Amino acid sequence: MNLLGKLDWSAIPFDQPIIMGASGGMILGIGAVLSWVLLKGYVPYLWREWITSVDHKRIGVMYIVLALLMLLRGFSDAIMMRTQQAVAAGGAQGYLPPEHYDQIFTAHGTIMIFFVAMPLVIGMMNFAVPLQLGVRDVAFPTLNSVSFWLTASAVLLINVSLVVGEFARTGWMAYPPLSELQFSPGVGVDYYLWSLQISGVGTLLTGINFVTTILKLRAPGMSLMRMPVFCWTALASSLMIVAVFPVLTATFAMLLLDRYLGFHFFSLDAGGNPMMYVNLFWIWGHPEVYILVLPAFGIFSEVSATFSGKPLFGYRSMVAATMAICILSMLVWLHHFFTMGASANVNAFFGVMSMLIGLPTGVKIFNWVFTMYGGRVRFTVPVLWLIGFMVTFVLGGLTGVLLAVPPVDWQVHNSMFLIAHFHHVIIPGVLFGLFAGYTYWFPKAFGFALDERWGKAAFWCWFIGFHLAFMPLYVVGLMGMTRRMQHYDNLAWQPWLLVAGAGAVIILAGIVCQAVQLVVSIRTRDRRRVTGDPWNGRTLEWSTASPPPAWNFAVLPHVSDKDAFWSTKQHAPAARLQPAQARAYKPIEMPSNSPIGFVNAFFAVIFGFALIWHIWWLAVVGALGGFVSILAFAFRRTDEIEIPPEQIAQFDRAHPTEFAA
Amino acid sequence: MNAIASDALRPELPLAVSEAGPAPKRIVVTYGFWVFILSDIVMFAALFATYAVLVHATAGGAAGSQLFNQVSVAVETGCLLLSSYTCGLMSLAINAKRHVATYAAAIATFVLGAAFLGLEIHEFADMIARGATPQSSAFLSAFFTLVGCHGLHVTVGLIWLAVMMAQVAAHDFTAAVTRRLLCFALFWHALDIIWICLFTFVYLMGVRP
Repeated sequence: MNLLGKLDWSAIPFDQPIIMGASGGMILGIGAVLSWVLLKGYVPYLWREWITSVDHKRIGVMYIVLALLMLLRGFSDAIMMRTQQAVAAGGAQGYLPPEHYDQIFTAHGTIMIFFVAMPLVIGMMNFAVPLQLGVRDVAFPTLNSVSFWLTASAVLLINVSLVVGEFARTGWMAYPPLSELQFSPGVGVDYYLWSLQISGVGTLLTGINFVTTILKLRAPGMSLMRMPVFCWTALASSLMIVAVFPVLTATFAMLLLDRYLGFHFFSLDAGGNPMMYVNLFWIWGHPEVYILVLPAFGIFSEVSATFSGKPLFGYRSMVAATMAICILSMLVWLHHFFTMGASANVNAFFGVMSMLIGLPTGVKIFNWVFTMYGGRVRFTVPVLWLIGFMVTFVLGGLTGVLLAVPPVDWQVHNSMFLIAHFHHVIIPGVLFGLFAGYTYWFPKAFGFALDERWGKAAFWCWFIGFHLAFMPLYVVGLMGMTRRMQHYDNLAWQPWLLVAGAGAVIILAGIVCQAVQLVVSIRTRDRRRVTGDPWNGRTLEWSTASPPPAWNFAVLPHVSDKDAFWSTKQHAPAARLQPAQARAYKPIEMPSNSPIGFVNAFFAVIFGFALIWHIWWLAVVGALGGFVSILAFAFRRTDEIEIPPEQIAQFDRAHPTEFAA
Repeated sequence: MNAIASDALRPELPLAVSEAGPAPKRIVVTYGFWVFILSDIVMFAALFATYAVLVHATAGGAAGSQLFNQVSVAVETGCLLLSSYTCGLMSLAINAKRHVATYAAAIATFVLGAAFLGLEIHEFADMIARGATPQSSAFLSAFFTLVGCHGLHVTVGLIWLAVMMAQVAAHDFTAAVTRRLLCFALFWHALDIIWICLFTFVYLMGVRP
C-alpha cells in the first residue's frame, strides 16, 4: 500500500520549461505576497477583517479580487493559444507541444467560466444586492463566507494542477468517452472534476442564499416591482443556479463513479451512453450562460438609468424579459449539439426556442437605447462599456441566431465560427458589463473613484482588441478551420490568425491599463475621495456612506417608489444635509465573524487533493476534518454581536450622507 | 447557519406582505431550507432521468424484474413511512417543549431509519453476491447510484438527528435549535417523497415483465 497514492516526483514536469517557468513565477509571486503580508504584520488584520468576515461587502470584494487574479491566468492561456496559432502554420509546430496545448485550451475555458465570470458575477451580487434592497446583509451571512472559501479552494486546486501533475486535455466540457479513465488515465480530468464539484457546492449555496435574501429580506415598502433591475437579474440568476447546478453536480458525480469505481454511465461498453453526458452537461451549461449574462444586463440597466439621469425605460418589460429569459434558457440546451443525430423535429424545436430568446434580449436592448434617448448622458467609463456592449453584442447575438438554424449549425459546428460567436456574446455581454459594474460600484466600496483616463484607455484597448481578435475567427471558421488546433496546414488561414494574435496583444494592453488604473487610483486616493452619492444615483446603495458601515443602514430605509433614493431626493430636498444626531438610534444585531468558512475550505482542499491522487487515508482526514469543524460550529453559543447606538451615531456624525446637487 | 434578524414588524407599516420589510428569522431559515430541498430534488431528477435512459441497458445481464425483492422493498417502505410519522410526532413534542417525548420520538425515528438503511444495505449486498454489481451494466450503475444516493441522504439524516438530540441535551429548545429541528423535519419528509418516486419508478415499474 502506497501512502501517497499515485503521487511521486514524476508528477512535477521538470522537463517542460514553459510549465516550470510559469509555476516558478506563480510560486515566487505567492511567496512574495505572503512574506510581505507576514513582515508587515498584516496577518491579524487580514484574519479579523477579511478572512473571517461574514460581511457581504467584504465577501463581494474578495470574490472580485479572486476573479481578477484568475482573469490574468485565463488570459495568459488565451494569448498563448493565439500566439501558437499565429505561428504554427504549414510545417511549423509552434512552441507548444500538443499535450500542453490541449491542457491550455481546457484550462482557459474552465478558468474563464468558473473562476473569472462566476466569481465576478457573484461578487457583484454580494456587494450590491443587500445594499440595493436596503437591508444589512444576506439571509445567511456565514454560509456566504463558506461559499466564497469553497470557490477559493477550487481555485487553489486548479492552480496546483499547474505544478503537481497535469490538467485535463479534454476541452472545458470534458466530454466522455475521452474523459473516461480508458482514454484519460492521468489526474488531469480528476483535477477538473473535483475542483468543479467543490466550487459547485459553493455556487449552489450562494444561489440558495440570494433567492432567500431577495424574496424574504427587503426594506419595508420595497415590493418586488419596486426592486432595482439588478436585484431582479440577481434573482433570475440565483433561481437558475438552484435549478441547474445540482444537475452539474449529479453529472460530474456519475463521471467520477465511472472513473473511480468502474461504473458504466458514459462508457462505450456495457450499455453506457456518452451522449447522455452531453445532454446533462448542457442542461446545466446553457442556463449557465444566462446566469452570467443576466446580472451583467442588470448592471447595464443601472448604469444607463443613472448616467442618463432618467428612470429606466420600460421597467416592467425589463422585468418580464429577464424572467422570460430565465425560463426559456432551460429549453434550448440541445442547440449545443444539433449534430448529435436527433430527429429533424427535435432539432427544429430547439432551433425555434433558441431564436425565441432573441426576443426578450431585443426588448432589453431597446429599453437601454430608449433610456439613453433624450437623457443628459454623461460619458463616464461605465457608459462607454455600455455603448461598446450594445454595438458589439447585437452582432454577436445575430451570429447566434444563425447558429440556431440547424442546417447552418451542421456546417459550422465546432468550427472557429462558433468560437468567434460565443466570445462575441460573452466578452461584451458578461465581461464589459462586469467592468462597468466594477467602475460603477468601486467608489461605493472604497470611498474613492477610479481614474477616468486610464479607464477610458482600457475600454478602447479592449474594444478594438476584441474586434481584431475575434472577427478574423469568423472568417477562418467559414474557411473550414475547426477549434482546438495545435497546428494546421492551410496557409490561407495564417494572415487572419496573425491579425487575431495582434488583437490579443491589444487586449493585453487593455488589461495593463486596468492594472495601472488601479495602482494610480490607489496612490492618488486622497484627492479622489467621494461622497456617498458620487454619480447622482437612483438606488438605495447611494444613500449610505462610501464605504458603507458594517451595518449598511443605521435605520432601514422606507421605500415608497421605484428608484427609492432618487424619489427621496426629489420629494424631500429639505432632508439635505440634515444633522444625523436627530435620529433615534437603536442597537443593531449583526452576525459575528466566523472562521468556519476558511477552516472548512482548508479541509475541502485536503479532501480534493487526496482524492485526485488516490491518497485514501488523507481523504478520510479531510472529510472528517470538515465534518468536525462544522459540528463544532453548530455547537457555538453566540452568533451575533450587538452594535451599540453610540457607535452608530458616531459613525453617522463622521460620515454625513449628503445628496448630490 | 445564522440569519439576519429583522427589525420587529411594526403594525403601522403597509399591509401588503411584499412591502412588510425583512421577514422574521424563522421564516427566512425555513424558506432557505425549502429552496435547498428543491435543489436536492433537482439533483435526484437528473439521476431519475439517467435511470430512465439506462434502464434497458442491461448489457445482457439481469434486469430489475429478476433482481428486486418486493417483500424486502415493502418492509423498507413501511419503515420509512412510519419514521416520517414518528418524525411528525417529534415536531409536536418540540412545539410543546416536552423533552422525554422528543427523545422518544427521535429514537423511534432513528431506529426506523436505521432499519430502512439496514434492509437497503442487505438488498445491495445480496445483489452484489449474485453478481449484479454496479460495474456489470449501465442499468445497474444507474440503479445503485439512484437508490444509493437516497440511502446516503438517509444516512446524513440519521447523523443529523443524532447531532440534534445532542444539541437539545446541551442547549435545550433554544430558537436556533428549534429552527434546525424544523429544517430536519422538512428534510426527513422530503426523503419520503423521493422514496415514493423511487418505489414507483424503480421497483413497481421495474418488476413488470
